[in-house]
Amino acid sequence: MAREMKPKRRGGHGGHGGGPHGMMPGEKAKDFSGTMKTLLSYLKPHGIAMVIVVLFAVASTVFAIVSPSILGDATDEVVKGLMSPVGIDFSALLEIVIFLIVLYGLSFVFSAVQGYIMAGVSQKVVYDLRKAMSEKMDQLPLKYFDSKTHGEIQSRVVNDIETVNQTLSQSLTQIITSITMIVGILVMMIRINLLMTVTALIVLPLSMVIIRLIIGKTQVHFKNQQKYLGEVNSHVEEMYTGHTIVKAFNQEQTSIETFDHYNDKLYESAWKSQFLSGLMMPLTNFVGNLAYVAVCILGGHLALKGTITIGNIQAFIQYVRSFNQPVAQVANVANLLQSTAAAAERVFAFIEEQEEDDATASDPSHPTLTWNRETLQGQVGFEHVGFGYGDELIIKDFNFQVQPGQRIAIVGPTGAGKTTIVKLLLRFYELNQGRITVDGNDIKDYSREDLRSMFGMVLQDTWLFNGTVRENIRYGNMTATDAEVAEAAKAAHIHHFIMTQPKGYDMEINEEASNISQGQKQLLTIARAMLADTPILILDEATSSVDTRTETQIQQAMANLMKDRTSFIIAHRLSTIRDADHILVMNHGDIIEHGTHEDLLDQNGFYANLYNSQFAEE
Amino acid sequence: MKEMLKYYKPYVPAVFLIVAALFGQALCELALPGYMSDIINFGIIKGDMSYIYKIGAVMILVSFAVVVCSGLAGLFSARVAAKSSRDIRGALFKRVTAFSAAELDEFSTASLITRSTNDVQTIQQSTVMILRMACFAPIMGIGAVIKALRTSVPLSWTIGLAVLAILLIMLLAFLLVMPKFKVLQAKLDRINLIMSERLSGLLVVRAFTTEAFEEERFDKANLELKRINIFVNKAMSFMMPALMLVMNLSSILIVWVGAKLIDAQNLMIGDMLAFMQYAMQIIMSFLFITMMFIMIPRAAVSGQRIGAVLKVTPSIEDAPDCQELKEPKGLVEFRGVSFAYPDAQEKSLSDISFSANPGETTAIIGGTGSGKSSLLSLIPRFFDVTEGQILLDGIDIRRLSQKSLREAIGYVPQKGVLFSGTIASNLRYGKEDASFDELQEAAKTAQAMDFINDKPEGFDEPVAQGGTTVSGGQKQRLSIARALVKKPRVYMFDDSFSALDFKTDAALRAALKEKVGDSTFIIVAQRINTIMDADKIIVLDEGRIAGMGTHQELLKTCGVYQEIASSQLSEEELGKGVRRNG
Repeated sequence: MAREMKPKRRGGHGGHGGGPHGMMPGEKAKDFSGTMKTLLSYLKPHGIAMVIVVLFAVASTVFAIVSPSILGDATDEVVKGLMSPVGIDFSALLEIVIFLIVLYGLSFVFSAVQGYIMAGVSQKVVYDLRKAMSEKMDQLPLKYFDSKTHGEIQSRVVNDIETVNQTLSQSLTQIITSITMIVGILVMMIRINLLMTVTALIVLPLSMVIIRLIIGKTQVHFKNQQKYLGEVNSHVEEMYTGHTIVKAFNQEQTSIETFDHYNDKLYESAWKSQFLSGLMMPLTNFVGNLAYVAVCILGGHLALKGTITIGNIQAFIQYVRSFNQPVAQVANVANLLQSTAAAAERVFAFIEEQEEDDATASDPSHPTLTWNRETLQGQVGFEHVGFGYGDELIIKDFNFQVQPGQRIAIVGPTGAGKTTIVKLLLRFYELNQGRITVDGNDIKDYSREDLRSMFGMVLQDTWLFNGTVRENIRYGNMTATDAEVAEAAKAAHIHHFIMTQPKGYDMEINEEASNISQGQKQLLTIARAMLADTPILILDEATSSVDTRTETQIQQAMANLMKDRTSFIIAHRLSTIRDADHILVMNHGDIIEHGTHEDLLDQNGFYANLYNSQFAEE
Repeated sequence: MKEMLKYYKPYVPAVFLIVAALFGQALCELALPGYMSDIINFGIIKGDMSYIYKIGAVMILVSFAVVVCSGLAGLFSARVAAKSSRDIRGALFKRVTAFSAAELDEFSTASLITRSTNDVQTIQQSTVMILRMACFAPIMGIGAVIKALRTSVPLSWTIGLAVLAILLIMLLAFLLVMPKFKVLQAKLDRINLIMSERLSGLLVVRAFTTEAFEEERFDKANLELKRINIFVNKAMSFMMPALMLVMNLSSILIVWVGAKLIDAQNLMIGDMLAFMQYAMQIIMSFLFITMMFIMIPRAAVSGQRIGAVLKVTPSIEDAPDCQELKEPKGLVEFRGVSFAYPDAQEKSLSDISFSANPGETTAIIGGTGSGKSSLLSLIPRFFDVTEGQILLDGIDIRRLSQKSLREAIGYVPQKGVLFSGTIASNLRYGKEDASFDELQEAAKTAQAMDFINDKPEGFDEPVAQGGTTVSGGQKQRLSIARALVKKPRVYMFDDSFSALDFKTDAALRAALKEKVGDSTFIIVAQRINTIMDADKIIVLDEGRIAGMGTHQELLKTCGVYQEIASSQLSEEELGKGVRRNG
């Protein structure tokens, strides 16, 4: 039970996949500029580093832009030598070459250092964001988790953050370099020749139109591809997990037909999106080539007139060639930023979600109480308790006192809301009316942490995590010594089993928690509660039973655990119910009857009916 | 891998077309620098404007040809990749559907899901890349080398040097960074795992106030992820500039060496410029080829994983002369049945013989691992017996068609498995044309009416994938109703009442008896209350029959049964049972 859910992962490695990224139909953030501002505020602590990154990125680009023109000078030097009778002036050429090497070298250094710094900054920011989410998770009220699936929340911590990560580590500097490049190249081109620049740029809008057109067309198919891929995948998942049912009900053929339908649709959208997006490169290249030819012709014309040199043409061609790339990149990044904003928005929404308002004492001026194990009796009182998940009350004016050490059984049909009481006791939900007390004090007068530490818990869904057996038991009391852990395990009848395992207490519970049996899991959670040694207990009796010997062990362990403790038991076994000091009968979320077993039978109401139906066939 | 290649065979002609188109594209692209060099050598330097126009027109034509060729190559490769992947995906799905439980266990469901989805997707993407890049890069590379050699042999060593440097950088990245990607994924998985654990243990974490511990655990994983991410990103931030540097330096080298050659009258200036462009194309081709070396192994792994599935044939198939069962009565007999899971050391069931008669309830009880569920799964042939035989109405079930055998059986699994759709569509799963009345009747018998009526849309209430919108007990009742709608002769309940409270459990059994009392019931249970009234109780212990009889008989004669009974029933109940029947 601990991990039923397999989060779907997008992409493989941390986003070095490439592919037609910018063409994926992006989601849009509701508040783009606001989200971006928040994201940038996370970069603020790294202000100096960021300034260096920007400066270096610009510097590296500028050097890269200047170089072709200087390489052109080198060519001119060669041409000059060709025309003159003395031949090529190699010392002049060498000077240019050395200058160029220095320029390229500097460009490399700036670019690498910039990337190096940015990698550190972006990862720190991403780390901080994850950490903030992790801490936030423990502050959110339970209500929040009721309204979201686990997958949704998990996707924010993993996938959404990963999207932000990519943008921070790649796209951010890409914007800077691309824009610098566009401006720089323009300047360089104009410096060589204005007329040629205008000619080269005429084709630019053409290539923009083509890009827009293709992106527009392709998005439809990409969306369809995503949609049908989703359909195919979920059909596969559903049919494979329900394999025996499909077989038992002879539904193989229907299942295959459904699959083929989606598979065909997927094929259609897949090849179309692939083909169209593949056209983008050659088409923009063609447009680039048009510019190239135009520049050649015009350049030839101008060179003949002596307005420009051959080196100028060479440099200019290089500029024209490299102009397309940053333009396409800016278009790409714009799209990417949109989806980043959408992801970041979800992350920030989570971080800024309202927290459990801790320690709001019933009387604000009232000092917050603390408790200690020796003096706390474990008397629990419900006084005029009223509660509902919405405005409508399910539990109305419930009054009841539990004496220290008593056993309270909570019974009722499936879905009667038996866990509600537990959630109220632990203050996962706030009461609408009345109050719950421990030893006469309103539970609101304790901090949530203090209150919850009064309760030990054993749930039916045994929850273990990927760690050693010892760590899992120690979960009940982080400060317990190894000896205390073993003591608790003995009382829970699991010590012997642990000792027979290859690594004993250091045995690792695997990721699926599947390397120990259900019964042993239950015993481990009992040991955990034993170690916690709390005055009040909450037990959720398991419905599905285990083998007989383990069953007996569990019952003995439970009995050990409940000794001298006030316990609330969500009960399924008759013996447990009858041994209880008091029974709360629940239906539709409400406590409809309560009393001792005999009282309730005498009342001849819901409980009597429930109890007798056990032997309904007789 | 061989299994996979089969699916590409129909596309061999298409692949030839693609290669031809790519060849055309390379030829045209390589021609362009030559024209440019001509413009410089014969147009500009000689001052012939009309020559410039003529060559300019030719260049536009040639670059248009590039678009046409690469468009064609793109079209064919996109179709080939998508089509072959569709075929592979379809074949996989059909094969897995035909698998028996044994093959499913062998691969594990989760792995089969990834193989049918992600792996096929990887193959599809790689196919496009391979068809376009893997074919194009060598053609382009070789073409550019030829062109470069033709332009100037003495200059060529500069390209060799540049390629060597590029390979060195790629190799370094390969050795340094690639292994870290795997680690990176593992760390990301760890974050995922901890998050998932914390979400499912929300109540426990808060009740034990171990928030700090959990945050620390997460923080540790987060920190590790940060470290590895920083390493990978930093390494990558050196790689791209380094590649750029190599390309730029090689340009300078060509100018320097070229200048010497020009000075010695061994090279024309236009040719030097063309040579620089050939050099760039060669370097790019090598970059692509090295990238293919990263891509292909990944695709190969996916290919092998898919091939491994396609290689396996289902272990349970209809016999060639199998019979159809007409109007089955529902008499199920086990004769000396033994069963061992594939590759298991020991038998799960040994020498089981009993019969389950129509109109009677046959219950199977025993501890975990006693073989109860295995026994049940033999009847619909999820697995086949290892020894002995199982008969339905006197016919060995292996001689029946699977379809007609399963038609006769209504199977209710331990965990209620529902499919996405509506409640009604789930109930109709075994009988598509069931009327609304039939659904209602089944739901009533299964004690599901109450909660169905409580749902806003009743029978049309949507059910999410995995049935997450209904509770465990509701799922069980719906899967019971689903079996009831089918009106089979044999009902099989695999611990199907475990998530029900005892009131519902009892009411359901009473209703079943009343509605379909003449069918054969085979019930596997953990709770003794559920099966106390069965006509025949079979007690399993370590795969053998430890006792058979009624509740009373077994209480007296069977030690294992007594043990189970005493752990679940109170003294009073035990006594009551004895009194009642005695």
